Amino acid sequence: MGLLTNLRDSISRVTDGLFADDEPKRIGIYGPPNAGKTTLANRIARDWTGDAVGPESHIPHETRRARRKENVEIERNGRKVTIDIVDTPGVTTKVDYKEFLDHDMEKDDAVRRSREATEGVAEAMHWLREDVDGVIYVLDSTTDPFTQVNTMLIGIIESQDLPALILANKTDLEGSDVQQIANAFPQHETIPLSALEGDNMDEVYTKIAEYFG
Amino acid sequence: MPGPEANVDAADDPDDSGDGVRIDMISGARMEGLTSMEKIRLILDGVREGNIVILEEGLSPDEESKLIEVTMTEISPDDFTGIEIETYPKAEAGNQSFLDKLMGRESTQKLTVIGPANRIETLHKDENLISTLVSRK
Repeated sequence: MGLLTNLRDSISRVTDGLFADDEPKRIGIYGPPNAGKTTLANRIARDWTGDAVGPESHIPHETRRARRKENVEIERNGRKVTIDIVDTPGVTTKVDYKEFLDHDMEKDDAVRRSREATEGVAEAMHWLREDVDGVIYVLDSTTDPFTQVNTMLIGIIESQDLPALILANKTDLEGSDVQQIANAFPQHETIPLSALEGDNMDEVYTKIAEYFG
Repeated sequence: MPGPEANVDAADDPDDSGDGVRIDMISGARMEGLTSMEKIRLILDGVREGNIVILEEGLSPDEESKLIEVTMTEISPDDFTGIEIETYPKAEAGNQSFLDKLMGRESTQKLTVIGPANRIETLHKDENLISTLVSRK
């Protein structure tokens, strides 16, 4: 019985593999709040489809629902990859609506925003375990990367054996320290960029094709 | 090998901490027989009562992911704002045996401190030291 099950699983894996290349890969853009995930998602979507994914903001948890841009075709060095970009809410272990009050928000709006944010983070975590084929992990290169959320998220991604590209964003800002991110996660390649200014996007696209193609 | 249990029955006791801060130190042996959701429930029930939970052996990455997910579903305004969690950075893979690597077994043994987000603040963290400030209720 076990042998038959194993044989069936093996056949299933082979047939899945035969057709897998035609399917767009679902690439989740993950990272802590305010790392520039939506700015990056919009940059990629605009460069290759002409459309944006969602609004960008300096207020944490602007993205409170995962947003998907499907069938983004990226061509690099004669190689074409088709991906579905999934822009996810910033992952955190805590959400306090009072933090939103500092951004000129009424209490009702702040409570609603925090509720949506928690639902979005829960959904993003679920997707990470069940529904993505690869991860672009975005970090703000002006902040300390040695946080518990980053450590846990990278550990979760590694435990899923997902291909992961680490991007050190916001290199246009004073205080950007790409090396600090490279030192924090030496087991991964770190690519610097400014999603806002479009700096170094050529290398980002080359790496996307390499990692997820 | 799991160490001796320390104050493992504290979670079953009525809250008699007064103005103090209660710390539940949960041994690896206590966690060993529990399912992922039972572990998460044990942690979150303690944290929601305002306790600091220290796990001798930590959680697996999959359990950490579920802990974040369940925590998010339980956050509510003016009641529970989430958790603060700290572990030492992951040990290098070089510490694993060849057989563990071959079998895909990953050691999750890492001391983990979890507390209510509104009561615990990390002051300093490196590979050898976690320093936290815990405020009273």
